Amino acid sequence: MAENSSGDTTSVVQVLDSTLESADTAETIVVKAAEEMGFDEDTRYQIGMALREAVVNAVVHGNCYNEHKKVRLSVSREPDRLRILVTDEGKGFEPSSVPDPLAQENLMNQSGRGIFLMKAFMDEFDVRKADPKGTEFKLVKYLNQKS
Amino acid sequence: MSIKLTTRKVGDVTVIDSVGRITLGEGASSFRDAIRDLVANGDKKLLLNLAEVTYIDSSGIGELVSGFTTVTNQGGSLKLLHLTKRIQDLLQITKLYTVFEVFDDEAEAVRSFA
Repeated sequence: MAENSSGDTTSVVQVLDSTLESADTAETIVVKAAEEMGFDEDTRYQIGMALREAVVNAVVHGNCYNEHKKVRLSVSREPDRLRILVTDEGKGFEPSSVPDPLAQENLMNQSGRGIFLMKAFMDEFDVRKADPKGTEFKLVKYLNQKS
Repeated sequence: MSIKLTTRKVGDVTVIDSVGRITLGEGASSFRDAIRDLVANGDKKLLLNLAEVTYIDSSGIGELVSGFTTVTNQGGSLKLLHLTKRIQDLLQITKLYTVFEVFDDEAEAVRSFA
């Protein structure tokens, strides 16, 4: 795990294997950071949930459990927010291709709720193509703000 | 910790007492297998006690939905008991709270299967 401090921001980068256990590892790292920043328990739960969804997405859909592909977790503690980046090495991903899980015809689908939950639990959420390849999820939670 | 599932009968209703986390991997697959085995065994009145489920992710929600569909398609019912506030909130934001019958009282839940 690489740690870097710049001004009022402390960043940690962890490279994770494409396994489901990485979601546990990532959750531990992020929830610990959130606790140290002063987020309350309910908010830490929300952050942990969103983060797990992002890592699972990277492992399962991005890297397809490929042991040669990694998931990069970046956790930045800024004065007023926690910023998380989860990046896979997959083929890329088009968010608009995910059906709306709240639409009546999709309500009873077994899957497809991960992105919705990430958006629901975080203050900022973004998906973009990573450079040189893969997908990057950005999750941001503001301090001292009720969600 | 993954999920620990134990079953007991209250009349002709099978109560599934769940402890732990229903998440992608062992937790979700254990849950899926349990529902499948119960239905295959002819147990179609299922009451899922979630009082001690501390965490459920989107895959876990998917297994709840899948279990509900499986049981319903077999002419049975899957109902939920003792939702924690967090799970209730999850089902509400995913618009699934009204799909399931949810109870806070086991006796009332068991009577509802009649």
